[in-house]
Amino acid sequence: MLEVSNLSVNYRGIRALDNISLTLSPRELVGLIGPNGAGKSTLIKAILGLVSFQGKVQFRGKPLRRQRQRVAYVPQRSQIDWDYPVTAWNVVMMALTPSIGWLREPDHRVKQAVSAALDRVDMLPLRHRQIGQLSGGQQQRVFLARALAQQADLFLMDEPFTGIDQKTEAIMLEVFADLKRKGKTLLVCSHEWGQALSRYDRLLLINRQLLANDRPQVVMTMENLHRAYGQSLQTTMGGNAMGFSFC
Amino acid sequence: MLSPLLSPLAYEFIRNALIAGILVGILCPVVGTYLIVQRMTLLGNVIAHAVLPGLAIAHFLTIDILWGAFVSGLLSSFATNWIRAQTRIKVDAAMALTLASFFALGVILITRLESRLDLDAFLFGDILSVTVKDVWQTALITGVILLLVKLFYKELLFYTFDPLGAQAMGLPIQVINVGLMAAITLTIILGMKTVGVILVTSLIVGPAITAYLLVKELHQMMALGGLIGALSSVIGLYLSYFLDLPSGPAIALTVFGFFLLGLLLRPVCNLNRENSVGKKLGKKYRSQKSEVSQELEPDA
Repeated sequence: MLEVSNLSVNYRGIRALDNISLTLSPRELVGLIGPNGAGKSTLIKAILGLVSFQGKVQFRGKPLRRQRQRVAYVPQRSQIDWDYPVTAWNVVMMALTPSIGWLREPDHRVKQAVSAALDRVDMLPLRHRQIGQLSGGQQQRVFLARALAQQADLFLMDEPFTGIDQKTEAIMLEVFADLKRKGKTLLVCSHEWGQALSRYDRLLLINRQLLANDRPQVVMTMENLHRAYGQSLQTTMGGNAMGFSFC
Repeated sequence: MLSPLLSPLAYEFIRNALIAGILVGILCPVVGTYLIVQRMTLLGNVIAHAVLPGLAIAHFLTIDILWGAFVSGLLSSFATNWIRAQTRIKVDAAMALTLASFFALGVILITRLESRLDLDAFLFGDILSVTVKDVWQTALITGVILLLVKLFYKELLFYTFDPLGAQAMGLPIQVINVGLMAAITLTIILGMKTVGVILVTSLIVGPAITAYLLVKELHQMMALGGLIGALSSVIGLYLSYFLDLPSGPAIALTVFGFFLLGLLLRPVCNLNRENSVGKKLGKKYRSQKSEVSQELEPDA
């Protein structure tokens, strides 16, 4: 179980996150939503220890920073240089860098793990492609394979559904269901609206503070959304208001 | 037929220059590859100019100028990183300020300490004055850096591709970064002797970006870049000998010649790469033919 207690982040004099406490349980798929600049990515980075914070982040009763290899991270697309000279195979291999160890070459076991992860997301045939030669969906599947190859217990994903095709979305949802069955915990930062949010077991609505933390139907009320999005709510929802039918 | 090519080798200073040129020609693109993929090629230029205060102080104290230059160059990379991390100033502005400030400090120190440091050799290189001792020093440092790159290749690949991902997984990215900066600084100091500070960027960047046009993996970029760098040094030195040209600029223009050749060859290499991927897929996944052909068309 992941336990975040009283987490606050200050970034260049601005309070980016204020006193956030939450828990994530095994077999849970949790969505992290909120307006632009609400601190969604910052929360994921703070949990991972990539930005300095006040508060406590524990996983299975111990500080998470001491068990980083049990946490898999899928970064936002914009964070990656897609022109980097590296193949899909070697991107997935990166997940096993710490477990291979310093000064050692990947052995047969490692190569099998990489191969299995790529096969799981249907990317094995394109493993020798340079990542820039893949479509957006295929690139996202390579990063999902990297997270799978790590064989982690906690998965933190920053906008994995952005810019992907239907095939990739279907594969990702299958993989998420598999991971849940295996007792893993998933936190997914998302910009989705409407029915797509019903795929999550729980939603965390944030805007610098944690505003709501419950089942999607309970979180997606007009009152909560007004608290999170304020005046920009109409613009944000646009023509998608019908998607709220389940609220 | 070979005798005209062998005739320069009768001179010891040419032999020294050729060996040093080949070593630096291999080392610069290997290390430069890391600068290119991190979009930090200007940092090479910053370090190259920022070694001047260290050179002046080391020369004044009569210690090995290599160490003075090393400390000064490394400090400049830390200064750039510090300015970038502490403020919202972008890295290009931080680099421009650091370059100018360190260089200015170097010029002031040379004047105040009444140093007899040869600024011409510093700016434009003097490969023909390389001694046997310099060659051994270059060989030793080149060997150590290439060995370290080989030993820590997977960690460096991860760090330069996805630094946040590497940090999230617990890799000691601060240590990796300092190691990389130290390797870059040492490489630039060695390159300075060959082509001078102004042109060292050509050996750091040119061969590696030429290779980048033609290959798809980092280690291939290093290998092909090293080959192009070594060839550029040799061809540049021969041009300098036979046409009586300054050696540094002759090497730098040879590097540019290879880049133009790379631009011409790029379409051919990309076509071959696509064909070989297609053949492999066709053979191994014939049963999934329709699906594979669908995959081969990026849907973005």
